[in-house]
Amino acid sequence: MDAGLQFDIAHMLAGGLVLVSFMLLYQDRMFGLLNVFALHAFTLALSVAWQAFIQDAPHLYVTAAIALLFKAIFIPVALHRIVLRLGIHRTLETVVGVGLTMLAGIGLVALAIIVMLPASADADPLAREDLAFALSVILLGLLMMVTRRNAVSQVVGFMSMENGLILAATGAKGMPLVVEISVAFSILVAFIVIGIFLFRIRERFDTVDIEALDAFRGERP
Amino acid sequence: MSALGAFALATILVVPALAAALLALLPGYRLGARLNIAASLVTFLAGLTLFVARPAAGRVLLVDDLNVVFIALNTFVAFTTSVFSASYIGHELQTGRLTPVYLRFYHAMYQTLMFAMNLALVANNIGLMWVAIELATLTTVLMVGIYRTHEALEAAWKYFILGSVGIALALFGTILVYLAARAVVGEGMDAMAWSILVGRAAEFDAGLLNLAFVFLLLGYGTKVGLAPLHAWLPDAHAEGPTPISAVLSGLLLNVALFALLRFKLLLAANEAALAPGPLMVTMGLVSLVFASFMLYRRRDIKRMFAYSSIEHMGIITFAFGMGGPLANFAGLLHMTMHSLTKSAIFFGVGHVAQATGTQRLAEIRGLTESHPMLGWGLVVGVVAIAGMPPLGIFMSEFLVVSSTFAREPLLAIPLVAGLLIGFGALMLRMQGLAFGAPLGGSAPVEASYAPMYAHLALVLLAGIWLPGPLVAWFQNVALRLG
Repeated sequence: MDAGLQFDIAHMLAGGLVLVSFMLLYQDRMFGLLNVFALHAFTLALSVAWQAFIQDAPHLYVTAAIALLFKAIFIPVALHRIVLRLGIHRTLETVVGVGLTMLAGIGLVALAIIVMLPASADADPLAREDLAFALSVILLGLLMMVTRRNAVSQVVGFMSMENGLILAATGAKGMPLVVEISVAFSILVAFIVIGIFLFRIRERFDTVDIEALDAFRGERP
Repeated sequence: MSALGAFALATILVVPALAAALLALLPGYRLGARLNIAASLVTFLAGLTLFVARPAAGRVLLVDDLNVVFIALNTFVAFTTSVFSASYIGHELQTGRLTPVYLRFYHAMYQTLMFAMNLALVANNIGLMWVAIELATLTTVLMVGIYRTHEALEAAWKYFILGSVGIALALFGTILVYLAARAVVGEGMDAMAWSILVGRAAEFDAGLLNLAFVFLLLGYGTKVGLAPLHAWLPDAHAEGPTPISAVLSGLLLNVALFALLRFKLLLAANEAALAPGPLMVTMGLVSLVFASFMLYRRRDIKRMFAYSSIEHMGIITFAFGMGGPLANFAGLLHMTMHSLTKSAIFFGVGHVAQATGTQRLAEIRGLTESHPMLGWGLVVGVVAIAGMPPLGIFMSEFLVVSSTFAREPLLAIPLVAGLLIGFGALMLRMQGLAFGAPLGGSAPVEASYAPMYAHLALVLLAGIWLPGPLVAWFQNVALRLG
C-alpha cells in the first residue's frame, strides 16, 4: 500500500478521535455520554491497530485490544450499571453553556496545533500531526474535567484525556513500554471506577454508616 | 565491589516487594508491624551500601551520584517512619479507627509505596520512572482514604483526580522527550535511558525539549505540590493516617522533585533549549509566598504542617531553579533537612492527635505541661522548620538567601518576605500549642519517641557541624546539577 494512503487513513482516524472528543463536550445525558465515550475508545482502538499495521509493530495490537475490550466495552458497561444503581441517569449539568464550551474547545485545538507543529518541525509529518491531534484530545479532556461537576462525567473526561495520551504514545514510532503504560493506565482507570462506585454509594447511605461508626467506636455519643 | 552493589540495588527493590506480599498474607498486626520495621531496616542498610559499592549502570536500573542521596534519605525516613507507625497504629486499633484487616492492607501498601519510590529513584528509563511514580500515587491514594470517613474519601478522591491529571501531563512530556531523543539516538529503549539521554541531550531538538519540560513541570509539579497545583496536598495530609502524612511530605514530594531535576539536567545540557531556571524560580516563589500566607488561617494542625510542606518545596524548587553550585548545594541540603524535620513533626503531631483526641488547633493547648516529651519535641521541630538557628534548616535557608542576594538581589526580597511571613505564622501557632494552661484530652500516650528525637538530633547536628565527606558529596552533586 502506498505511503500516501497509509498516512491519510492514520490521519482520518486521529482526526476522528478529536471529532468524538468534541461530541463528548456537548452530551447532556448520562447514557449519551457513555455511548459517545465507547465510540471514542473504539476510534482509538482502530487508530492504534492501524498504527500497529503501518509501523509493523505487533505489540501495539495488544494496546488496541486493551482499548477495545477494556475501554470501549467493559468500562462503559460498568459505568452504565453504576449510573443506574445510583439513579443519576436523568441529569447532567454543564457549568458553562454548550456554545461557550465548544468555542473554548476550538480555541484549545487551535492552541494545540500552534504549539505542536512548529515545535516538532523536524519530526516526520505523521508523528507531528498525530501529536497535534493527541494534544487536542488531551486538552479537550481537560476542558471536560473542568466544566463538569459530576464525578462520572469527570472520569469520562479523564479517560478521554488518557486516550489522547495513548494516541500520542503509539504515534511516536518505536516507543518502548507503550503496552506497559497502557496497562498501567487501565489499572488506574479501573481504580477510579471502583472509587466512584464506593464513594458515591457511601455518600448516599452516609447517615447509616456514620451511626454504625459511632456505635463501633463506643466512646462517642 | 560492584557485585555487592548489584546485590544492594536488587535488595532495595526486592525486599519491599516481597515484604508487601508477605504482609498482605500475615495475620496479626504486631507481627506485621515488626516485619514492616525489619524490611525497612534491611532496605535502609542496602541503601547505605550503595554509597560504598556502586553497581555498573544497567539498561533498566542506574545508581549515580544524584540518586544515591535520594535513596539514602528515602530508605532512612521509611525506616524511622515504620518504627513510628508501629506505635501509632496500636492506638488506632484500640480506638477502632482501623480494623486488623485494614492494618494488613496498610502494611502491604506501605511496603508497596517504598518499592514504587525506590524504583522511581533508580530507574534508568523515563517510562519506567513514570510507571513507578504512578504506582506510588495509587498506593498513597488508597492509604489516604483508609479511614473511610467522608472527609477521608473526599480527600482521596481529590488527590486521585488531581494526581491523575498531573501524571497524564507528565506522560505527555515523557513522550515528547522520547520523540526528541529518537531523532538522535534512534528507536527503542536507548532513547528512554537516562544514562544515554544526558550524554546526547545537546543534539536534541530544542523546541520539543522546551515543550516537554513545560508538561513535565506541570505534571510532576502537581505531585511536588507547587502552588497553583497544590490543592490535593493539604487534604491528603490532613485526612490520612499520620505515618502516611510523614511519608508524603518527607519522601514522595522529593521523589517527584527528583524526576523534575532529572529532566532539568537534560535541558541544561542543551544550549538552545530554554533555561528551566526562571520557570522553577517563579513556581517556587509563588508556592512559598502563597503557602506562608495560608499558614495563618489554618485550623487543623496537620493541614497547617501540610502548607508548611508546600512552603518548603517552594524554597527547594526556587533554589534548584536558581542553579549554580551554591544554590544547588543549598537546595539539596534544604531538601534533606526538610524531610527529616517534617517527618519528625508529623511523628509528634500523630501522637498529639491521639493524646488529645483532636486535630483542631484551637482545642490543643499547653502540650509542654500535659505531655512534656511530646510537647518539647514538637517545639524543637517547629523551631527547626521555621528556620531558627542553630538547627539545620536555618543553615540551608541562609545559604539559599545569601546566594540569591549575591546573584539576583531583587528576587531575594519576595524570598525573604515569604520566609518571614511563614516564620511568624509558625511561631504564633507554636506558642498556642505548646504553652499556656493545658486544654484538650490529657490521655497518656504509648509513644516511641525515638524516631522523632533521632530526626531532630540529626537536624541539630547538621546545623552545628556537617561532616566533611558529606559536604564534599553534596558539592559534587550540586556541580553536576549545573
